[in-house]
Amino acid sequence: MSNFFEKSDLTRKQAESIISDTLRKCDDGELYLENTKSETILLDDNKIKNSNYNSDLGFGFRAISDEIVAYSHSNEISKNSLKQSSENLKSTLKSANGTYNYSIPKSNKKYYDNINPIEQKTLNSKLEILNKVNEYLRSKDDNVKQVTANFLGEQKSIEIIRSGGETLTDARPLTRFNVSVMLEKNGRKETGIYGVGGRESYDTYLKEDNWKKVCDEALRIASVNLESKPAPAGEMKVVLGPGWPAILIHEAVGHGLEGDFNRKKTSAFHNLMGQKVASEGVTIVDDGTLNKRRGSLSIDDEGTPTEKTVLIENGILKNFMQDRLNARLMKTKSTGSGRRENYRHIVLPRMRNTMMLSGKQTQDEMIKSVDKGIFAVSFGGGQVDITSGKFVFNCTEAYEIINGKIGYPIKGATLIGDGPSILKEVSMVGNDMMLDPGIGTCGKAGQGVPVGVAQPSILIDKMTVGGTKL
Amino acid sequence: MVKDQEYLIKKASYCLDLAKKYGATNSSIIVNNSISETVNFRNQKLDESNRSDNLGVNITTYINKKKSSISSSNLLDDNLETLIEKCVETTKNTPDDEFNSLPDNNLLVKEVKNLDLYDDTNFENDQKIDYLKNLEAAAANDDKIINTESGFTQNKSNFILANSEGFCKGYKRSSFTASSVTVAKNEESMERDYEYSSKCHIKDLKDAEELGKLAASQTLRKLNPKKIESEKIAIIFDKRIAKGILSTFANAISSSSISRGTSFLKDKINQKIFSSSINILDKPDILKGLGSRSFDSEGVKTETLKLVENGILKEYLLDTYNGKKLKLKSNGRCGGTTNLYFENGNINYKDLLDLNSKSLYITETIGHGSNIVTGDYSVGATGFLVENGEFKHPINEITIAGNFKDMFNNLNLANDLEFEYSTNSPTLMIEGMIVAGK
Repeated sequence: MSNFFEKSDLTRKQAESIISDTLRKCDDGELYLENTKSETILLDDNKIKNSNYNSDLGFGFRAISDEIVAYSHSNEISKNSLKQSSENLKSTLKSANGTYNYSIPKSNKKYYDNINPIEQKTLNSKLEILNKVNEYLRSKDDNVKQVTANFLGEQKSIEIIRSGGETLTDARPLTRFNVSVMLEKNGRKETGIYGVGGRESYDTYLKEDNWKKVCDEALRIASVNLESKPAPAGEMKVVLGPGWPAILIHEAVGHGLEGDFNRKKTSAFHNLMGQKVASEGVTIVDDGTLNKRRGSLSIDDEGTPTEKTVLIENGILKNFMQDRLNARLMKTKSTGSGRRENYRHIVLPRMRNTMMLSGKQTQDEMIKSVDKGIFAVSFGGGQVDITSGKFVFNCTEAYEIINGKIGYPIKGATLIGDGPSILKEVSMVGNDMMLDPGIGTCGKAGQGVPVGVAQPSILIDKMTVGGTKL
Repeated sequence: MVKDQEYLIKKASYCLDLAKKYGATNSSIIVNNSISETVNFRNQKLDESNRSDNLGVNITTYINKKKSSISSSNLLDDNLETLIEKCVETTKNTPDDEFNSLPDNNLLVKEVKNLDLYDDTNFENDQKIDYLKNLEAAAANDDKIINTESGFTQNKSNFILANSEGFCKGYKRSSFTASSVTVAKNEESMERDYEYSSKCHIKDLKDAEELGKLAASQTLRKLNPKKIESEKIAIIFDKRIAKGILSTFANAISSSSISRGTSFLKDKINQKIFSSSINILDKPDILKGLGSRSFDSEGVKTETLKLVENGILKEYLLDTYNGKKLKLKSNGRCGGTTNLYFENGNINYKDLLDLNSKSLYITETIGHGSNIVTGDYSVGATGFLVENGEFKHPINEITIAGNFKDMFNNLNLANDLEFEYSTNSPTLMIEGMIVAGK
């Protein structure tokens, strides 16, 4: 755990007294301290292209009065710097007249180990694997023209000091291993990308069987795409495979169920609480408590323990995801969803691991039931317009379905749908729920945070496929 | 106040000395400081204030042809020493790469031109609040506008770039940015749109009332959208998204994509890739330009590049490393383009709308649907149906798709270029794209 005051002219006692003084007439607020060590090691074009180590230290001081948030952050943990921040907050909240809410729920549960993945393995052991990845892929297929592979590792230590001196801490490991391969055949080029990650050490990925699996999957996707034909254009049935395609859930309904958009009534879901928003059999949860998953947190960035929040149960909208600010203003409790990219940013209600739970049907039944449609297995990114509810995501591996059979692979296409109505178009829910491999980063208001998704195979009766074949 | 040149130079030379002490044969460093102050309004009331003070250092150490780098926001001397020692140690353990080197000395900028990129004005939070009050009053004027969120940010920054060969230069920049997002609602639909303005100098910023009115009118006109049939059609890109086509083009001609062979424009140098009326320039020395800079992030002098001339691709965007790999000299584009733009076309906006009896006017795209390996393009879109030069009705839940190779060849430009952003395009039209709707 970091000692943030060790090399500072500011003592913990002094900090506590500045915090309590600044937040005296505020409804909420805290000092958030953060120390992150991270590394990137990149192999590209047959060479170790980049080895970067980053050490990031800073604080963010937040004061809230009613709906107004005042925030100030700096890299210098010093008496002067904290006092300057305190003055900034006070000048914004001159007329604050609230009562500080001291209560914050407690939990001792930890969903990951206190380790620094970077220091656990030598640089050489990581370089060695990256070189093996390159040799393995290039020897496996003559069409391989480019290989990119990288390791990303970090340890983020945080400390939250609230008015009155209450202190909450967490240390979060995060690792990721990615492989991208480009094939060229008869003048045509296609790429395949695959990765794995989580809140754990690099150990799992360094095992030969495991890194080879990642390589094989990237190569398989690229090979499929080399044979792909133009995708169809227009409305049709779509079968989604299990796992990572759940970014559909993340984009289509997840963002729309975040507390801030609903308090402001700018989400397409704001007036649908308790109503049917999905087909029967559709249950969606957002869970911060899964062991070592990328989107898991022991406590959120306000200090609230995370939980498993039921968003939609059997088609009925049950809960929004809340941070402390939006929960207070909507007269409910924080769901432990208050997150920030780092100390430079304010807290927002965000997703953790968003999952649609298993149903009863098989993927086979879904495909057999489709006369004309597509089967989408893997995706790139997605995006949503919260207000209109329209969302998109990009296929990176998909096939045409004709008369109940999987046909030829189709080129990458964007799928577009309407968030509030798409879940009513879900006519089958599979029995094969799967977690994604641990690669998701969600962007909101310029802040990226690691997230997870999961779902079984599902059949959507109507979605627009953005291909080029009319 | 942002840190002055003296402080940044002191930190830079401290680090360069340490790198040498620990055994680096060469090194380079960037030290920067930026302070931004933001005030946000929501529904005509103060919602948030945010002060952000960022310090940072980036150091790259070389041992002959080996290289690695570190970055940190903790500029305490003993922390920097620990990191530099670690960086040099990592460098030793990294394999050789024949193309690793500092930039050639004769390409470095000798004299930094004053491009008028810094405005010393301190626009106080109370002044920001007055601006936002006026903006939001104008934005909220219509009853159908149910939510307004607006912000004003002042940013001041300073940096020093230095290397072990004696290069040491930097300068201050400022920016003032105002933005407004509005939500409109009626029985049928709820829609969102926005407007913003960003300038180096406060006096050039768009008038508050004008900005608020635009944010509102652009949202109101989107109410009651319809979905249309799938078809082949001409697409008109509004200026605010037309620049995205240029950004994709810039990605595809970046020397890293070219040298790695992962761009659909590889080997297209001196070939015709656009229709012959098209010219694309990257001009680094526009006074007060948002993308202006005298040298790139390696210190290499930037000069105006004519990237595309009469439809022919003339230059890649080169840095030192990838330049060496391609046996070309850096043209000062480490870190990307400067002020990138299409030269004006020869038809006015009104006539462009009139060129086809039916076309789609797109004001926003969503999704990451540009693939620079294959050139394939497919994104979600919202906009308007245009018939005989008139806006008929708003459209949403559609996608537009094509391949950049064809799109570049079928591209027409209006003559309404303005320098609002760092990348700028006139309104542009591409014929023969595929819309997927019903």
